[in-house]
Amino acid sequence: MSANFIALKSLLTKEINRFTRIWLQTLVPPAITMSLYFVIFGTLIGERIGTMSGFSYMEFIVPGLIMMSVITNSYSNVASSFFSSKFQRNVEELLVAPVPTWIIIAGYVGGGVARGLLVGCIVTVLSLYFVNLNIANLGVLLISVLFTSILFSLGGLINAILAKSYDDISIIPNFVLTPLTYLGGVFYSLTLLPDFWQGVSKANPIVYMINTFRYGFLGVTDIPLVYSFSIIFLFVAALFSLAYWMISRGYGLRS
Amino acid sequence: MSALSIKGLTKTYKGGVEALKGIDLTVEQGDFYALLGPNGAGKSTTIGIISSLVNKTQGDVEVFGYNLDTDLVKAKQQIGLVPQEFNFNQFETVLQVVMNQAGYYGVTRKLALERAQKYLTELDLWDKRNARSRELSGGMKRRLMIARALMHEPRLLILDEPTAGVDIELRRSMWDFLQQLNEQGVTIILTTHYLEEAESLCRNIGIIDHGTIVQNTSMKALLSQLNIETFVLDINPVENDVSLSGFETRLLDDHTLEVDVEQGHELNTLFTELSKHGITVMSMRNKANRLEELFLRLVNQTR
Repeated sequence: MSANFIALKSLLTKEINRFTRIWLQTLVPPAITMSLYFVIFGTLIGERIGTMSGFSYMEFIVPGLIMMSVITNSYSNVASSFFSSKFQRNVEELLVAPVPTWIIIAGYVGGGVARGLLVGCIVTVLSLYFVNLNIANLGVLLISVLFTSILFSLGGLINAILAKSYDDISIIPNFVLTPLTYLGGVFYSLTLLPDFWQGVSKANPIVYMINTFRYGFLGVTDIPLVYSFSIIFLFVAALFSLAYWMISRGYGLRS
Repeated sequence: MSALSIKGLTKTYKGGVEALKGIDLTVEQGDFYALLGPNGAGKSTTIGIISSLVNKTQGDVEVFGYNLDTDLVKAKQQIGLVPQEFNFNQFETVLQVVMNQAGYYGVTRKLALERAQKYLTELDLWDKRNARSRELSGGMKRRLMIARALMHEPRLLILDEPTAGVDIELRRSMWDFLQQLNEQGVTIILTTHYLEEAESLCRNIGIIDHGTIVQNTSMKALLSQLNIETFVLDINPVENDVSLSGFETRLLDDHTLEVDVEQGHELNTLFTELSKHGITVMSMRNKANRLEELFLRLVNQTR
């Protein structure tokens, strides 16, 4: 077994142990929040809304809500884990060891993806109580959720590298991520918006991720898949490069 | 081959603070080396650069011939670091802390478990292996950091004040452990504020102050520079000041006498002089640790 593989396995195991050890803080809250969304928006209000893009409102919002929980959990897992490693200085355990930068990124991002996808699975299982989910394209569904999770895990990592206090790792989720997610077409189809606001919405990268994921379930999307995947892959490549540059330079980690 | 070779190392922090002003230092393989200096002298910056926690401004560092700029992975594999402050994850168990670190160095799980048992047992922590590390006492935490640093069996162990805040009994058992490691061939670099520790453990010594090396020599050669030693004698009560031929004396109170003894002066002569004056010595001790006196003298010279 190569040294790099052992290092990656150790880091990944440590990351997964971390969020499963505090499952009450990491796995239960999204399950409760999303159940409330299903009850209030899906069942109580949704029945009065009628159909959206040819599907019941509940069927329409479930993929978006699953994706929303994947995004927020992937992001916050890496942001809080890496920042607390920096704060407690145990990131030094990695910096003194011969661990390549890409392994450090893969280990933390892997932890974020593991939590994001686990929460996504929990929310999916809960949604089955409210709606019968059909899968239109499993490949699109899995690739979109995996790469979106990777993308936001990388975002959380960069946020943690830049952060100087715990406040700094809550600013982006609260003031950027949440508005972009809510305005990213979780609760409505972009076609309902006037042309101008449809154009504005297309500047929101989360729109592409939610639409692609929804396509995996429902087979309908507001945006062509090729655009969506290009945007997702482009962001993943850009954020990975930025994180790689920062960690290898010791930005925010070495004085 | 040198275990550590530093040439022209400089470090200027953002804001312009010049922590290291071009230091040169060589530590031979198998050495037990003390790196001493007052707070803020540049010890931790030097250690930080060697262990890749601080970016250097200029200069070259080689560890067992591996240059940090060109052979970083191999250089890192040679080094075990015991930092000054506790920097392990406080929520992980003792075993998890050491196993993770072994994993980062590519040590297989089976081998890591064997080493964990060996080092945690030797450092008296095996019974605590499933305890969360934050529940350990200060001394146990220090020993955990030593065990963690040994998991990949480094050839160079760097300890930054390993016995700070540790009681005397435990400190001595840690000294024994470090001496055994050194006898097994591990090169050790130690920084400490307990100069007695440096004097009793280390063969060679470097003193750093204001970012420059002010002394880099063997402990023996350094101590030989001390030409006067001061002894404190507990004597039978005397009424008048005591004047001894060939010795500088000070009567601190009626039963405590301080005597300066120059290098080369025999203590027998001192006792003969004391007997002549009818003074009985009940006990005697060094006024200060010899290394402490030299250290203060060398550091004060640079101010």
